[in-house]
Amino acid sequence: MTEATAPARPARRASRITPVALFLWFLRVVALVVILYGSFQSIASGRLSAAQWRDLIVFGISTGSVYALIALGYTMVYGVLRFINFAHGEVFMTGAMSAFLVANGLASTSLWASNPVLSLLIVLLASMVTSTAVAVIVERVAYRPLRGAPRLIPLITSIGASFTLQYIVRGLVGPSTKAFPRVEQLRGTWNILGLVVLRSQVVVIVAALLMMAGLYVFVERTRTGRSMRAVSEDPETAALMGINVDRTIVTVFAVGGAMAGVAGALWGLVFPSLNFFSGFLPGIKAFTAAVLGGIGNIVGAMLGGVSVGLFESVGPSLVLAGYEIPAFSQLKDVVAYLALVLVLIFRPSGILGERLATERT
Amino acid sequence: MPMLEINGLTKSFGGLRAINALDINVNEGEIVSVIGPNGAGKTTLFNLATGMDSPDEGGILFEGQDLVGLRPNQILGLGLARTFQNVRLFPAMTVLENVMVGQHARTRSGLLSAIFNTPRHRREEAEIEARAKEVLGFFGSRLVGYRYDQLSMMLSYANRRRLEIARAMATDPRLLLLDEPTAGMNPRETLELTELIGRLRSERGYTIVLIEHDMQVVRNVSDRVVVLDHGVKLTEGSYEEVSTNQDVIEAYLGRPAELGS
Amino acid sequence: MADVVAPVAAVEEKELLPPPELDLRRAVRLGLSNAAAMVLVAATGIVGTFQGRLIIDPFLPLGLLFLYMLSWAFGWLASKPPTTLEGFAPAVTGPRNLAAGALAGGIGGAGIALLLVLMTNFNLRGIFIELSPQLADTLSLGRAVAEQGEVWFVVNIPAVLLIVAVATAAGLVGAGVHFLAVSWRRAIMPGLMWVLIFALFTDIVGQFFGGIGLEFVTDLLFTSPGGPLTVVGAAIVFVAFTALYWYRGGRETTLRQRFDVLPAEKRTRWTIGLAVAIMVILWFMPRVMGPFVSQVLDNAGIFLLMALGLNIVLGYAGLLDLGYVAFFAVGAYSAAILTSPLSPAFSPELTLLAALPFVMVAAAIAGIIVATPVIRMRGDYLAIVTLGFGEIARILLNSAWLSPYFGGAQGITNIPDLQLGPLTFRTPQDYFIPIFLFAVIAAYITLALQKSRWGRAWMAMREDESVAEAMGINIVTAKLSAFVVGAILASFGGALFGSQIGSVFPHSFDIVVSITVLVIIIVGGMGSVPGVTVGALALIALPNLLREFSEYQFLFYGVLLIAMMLVRPEGFIPSKRRAQELHTEELAQDDWLEIYGQAGSSEQVAEGTV
Repeated sequence: MTEATAPARPARRASRITPVALFLWFLRVVALVVILYGSFQSIASGRLSAAQWRDLIVFGISTGSVYALIALGYTMVYGVLRFINFAHGEVFMTGAMSAFLVANGLASTSLWASNPVLSLLIVLLASMVTSTAVAVIVERVAYRPLRGAPRLIPLITSIGASFTLQYIVRGLVGPSTKAFPRVEQLRGTWNILGLVVLRSQVVVIVAALLMMAGLYVFVERTRTGRSMRAVSEDPETAALMGINVDRTIVTVFAVGGAMAGVAGALWGLVFPSLNFFSGFLPGIKAFTAAVLGGIGNIVGAMLGGVSVGLFESVGPSLVLAGYEIPAFSQLKDVVAYLALVLVLIFRPSGILGERLATERT
Repeated sequence: MPMLEINGLTKSFGGLRAINALDINVNEGEIVSVIGPNGAGKTTLFNLATGMDSPDEGGILFEGQDLVGLRPNQILGLGLARTFQNVRLFPAMTVLENVMVGQHARTRSGLLSAIFNTPRHRREEAEIEARAKEVLGFFGSRLVGYRYDQLSMMLSYANRRRLEIARAMATDPRLLLLDEPTAGMNPRETLELTELIGRLRSERGYTIVLIEHDMQVVRNVSDRVVVLDHGVKLTEGSYEEVSTNQDVIEAYLGRPAELGS
Repeated sequence: MADVVAPVAAVEEKELLPPPELDLRRAVRLGLSNAAAMVLVAATGIVGTFQGRLIIDPFLPLGLLFLYMLSWAFGWLASKPPTTLEGFAPAVTGPRNLAAGALAGGIGGAGIALLLVLMTNFNLRGIFIELSPQLADTLSLGRAVAEQGEVWFVVNIPAVLLIVAVATAAGLVGAGVHFLAVSWRRAIMPGLMWVLIFALFTDIVGQFFGGIGLEFVTDLLFTSPGGPLTVVGAAIVFVAFTALYWYRGGRETTLRQRFDVLPAEKRTRWTIGLAVAIMVILWFMPRVMGPFVSQVLDNAGIFLLMALGLNIVLGYAGLLDLGYVAFFAVGAYSAAILTSPLSPAFSPELTLLAALPFVMVAAAIAGIIVATPVIRMRGDYLAIVTLGFGEIARILLNSAWLSPYFGGAQGITNIPDLQLGPLTFRTPQDYFIPIFLFAVIAAYITLALQKSRWGRAWMAMREDESVAEAMGINIVTAKLSAFVVGAILASFGGALFGSQIGSVFPHSFDIVVSITVLVIIIVGGMGSVPGVTVGALALIALPNLLREFSEYQFLFYGVLLIAMMLVRPEGFIPSKRRAQELHTEELAQDDWLEIYGQAGSSEQVAEGTV
């Protein structure tokens, strides 16, 4: 038999220009132009002073830190189970709701004014306990029985869980918006490294950073954290190594819930109002953050959260104002949704790359 | 001109070179077996040939047409169909529907003609169904009659493999790529399938490339055998030539006592 | 040639093993779940709201009935005999089952009792707004304790004991169901259900009997038109329906089974006959029912239209579009802009029919815009992105920025009525006909596409996208076409919606609408036209007809979604294939049992002569 002796072809990248690809490139260009032009106009017009920009940026970082904490729950659950836990926004909301209620309860005592640190710690504890409990209960009742099911089914269940939680809370505490009591010691500003920043926002950022650092250490250094990472990578092999996969998954949900609880407690310092529906938008934004940073990637979630916070805070004033859009702050949420859509379309693997469990063939 | 020409094909996954500067030709009407130890790159080869993955370097020509960069459905339209190593049928569709959907690329009625139930639509539906039954009939009585309306996930393992081949046949291919068609079958079923592969060529005129581990099948069915190991072609030739080749024996076939039995 | 190999060993007449014992620890766990459920039902105000409605005058209010029905249900669940396994004797119901039921129910009652004690001693109303003195009175079954003076902690012992007793009794009754012979069970349970139905739908029942000239029936059954059942009335309904089901239970085969064995032509004739009969009934219904019911049916019809559209996107093509409401909005707004004289920017004032082609084009374009970016996206990301699109659409429609085109928060009003030549459709009753017609068209399109080349392509894509592509299906075209068809059907719904209400406002196009449509097709049965129809009626018509339920509608949807996914993901009236595909394990076992569980010898089994 004759051997094949055709000369080797030169290297060729496989790329055909399809209409879809063209359309997406067109979108990219449009988005870039829109953003750049709007930003240029905004800055050039000098509408906002440097101090105002600074305020927006710090605000963005503080809300972003809160989103980052919530994003941790999404990213860990997706990394292990490969599904979007729609109910996580409500896990956050229930924690926040307890935080608000406990805070209001404490505010009517003398403890609130005399020892704000202790009061806030109690609020934090209440929030974390509630969120963790809700997350674990939802996992046990709604998700665990569906462990092997085709992927759309747990997703739909989580939508159901989200709705159920929202309307249970609505039934329990009513549809009215709750207010977070003021913390006198956190009024006003601090002067940090020459920057004048709101005290409450500093507390939020620092607290979030501490929790995230703690989580990082927990995941990287402790035994439980190791088993979480192992299950994250390959549940079957982890089981063969003697790791209780079920218990680890519950831990993942619990830790994610705890982080959301922290976010719930911090929420009151940034946004003093809350109702039963307040988990929805932050949930979406946090998910965006998780994907932006690289789903499954904990550090990525933190980065993504801060980024989303910044986009949302600075974006409208930066880009939209440049086009003289009336009432552009109405469109703040559009910025967040657009960020979500654009990230998922153009860079679904995120900035730092995905970390997903190996797909079972 | 060979029907399928693969030149300098290279594909890496991360640091692993799955296929390395591979040259393979397949002539029309041949039955070629591709053998090699696990991890040799055989299924990757099929994935690249059918467009389900894209090569890093090299070219694939099918009847002179360059396949690199085409989508799998385009490649199928040119006449290249395949089956899968772990049977991938459409589980919630019936036996008949699985084969009918294989004809998608060869038929044309669109949404509007379906909605308005035009005569052309009805005619084409009847043709599709008749053709599907005809293809299923190739397998004897196994996949006919009451089986038409069974969900494909309910079939026995051997029947699922046959259905997958039927589905590939329904796409009216010129070249069939069969990925381990007899894996998991008992000796009786394997024999039956070996005869079937021969009939696929003699009755239907397909050119066939198959990946196989069962040496009996390889010996009984192939005109030519290509041996891959670690992404590289070790050698090729007739079964007798290949099975006595020292490199191949060392890489794959094991001790001489297993030859010719 | 059979694929089945006969068993090697003979099937002997062995001693059957004793069945496993009923797990009482499970009963305790169920009891705790029961307690949680009952407390939540009380604390979210469901009990309070439902109390307003009496089922049987004067002693059976819906609130407490619902509350203790939970105990009944958990008692039933706890005492359910385990399924008979191959080789084991069937389980016998005995005192252990009663104990399980009592435990499950009683613990639930303890939960409520605890809640009552807490309510009596602490003022929780600031936080949990429903924990009012009224609720305390209800929960304690009328034995609320008046304000206590100096006493530190009061436990209303009679009330606590009574509550636990009633709950335990309810649990026992639930357990008792398992002691009934199957034939009795099949008769009594539906009988009770019909009593409840009659009581809940007193208005409709009254109108129905009035409409056919039998007012005396209404007078006999109810205390007053639209009021609760009398004791006598309840007894009559119960006996009548129990007898009906008892008689019917004598038949061995179900309706569906008898239907399936009919030859093809007869089957088609029966199907057509049934469809025609239903259509005739639905045609006359709005005339018999008043404007309120017609409005509810109109809403249900529009949701049905959308559900049939989403059925194609999700049920056939497997694309979870959570922003489906955007297409609904496109339809509504484009129709509004084209027909209303008050459309801000551009007001051609076409008739609705003339505008319809343009509406379809707008919907198709929207479908393409939404679909194109998501073509290569994995399923859950696709869900979220479409959700994002839906929300963006709503915010933009509401924005001040785009109000010169869309009217902003004020929307667009003065949308004219539908006109078909000499006929003008004005009232909700009138609109029922065009809505119904469009729904029929959508149903027809759904069925036509199922048995078509594209239907198969969509389903293949849903099952395994990369293999479908390798089998020649152009994924891009397939996804685009699915979205476009779904969008067009939704836009029909939107156009009719705007025309019927007379105006469009952005807050009608909330994500809740997308979720509602999703719940309809999940609950009714994905891919099944009768299922989706029943789903739309059940989920839209029902809550709106029962005022009390409408307040807890979305809570109900959420719980229903979870429950359906856990228990019956194929929906209530599934397409047969869907039921098959989601319960393969059970079906495979059934097949196996059928072959091996028969009383014949192994030779008979091998020869197939059993």
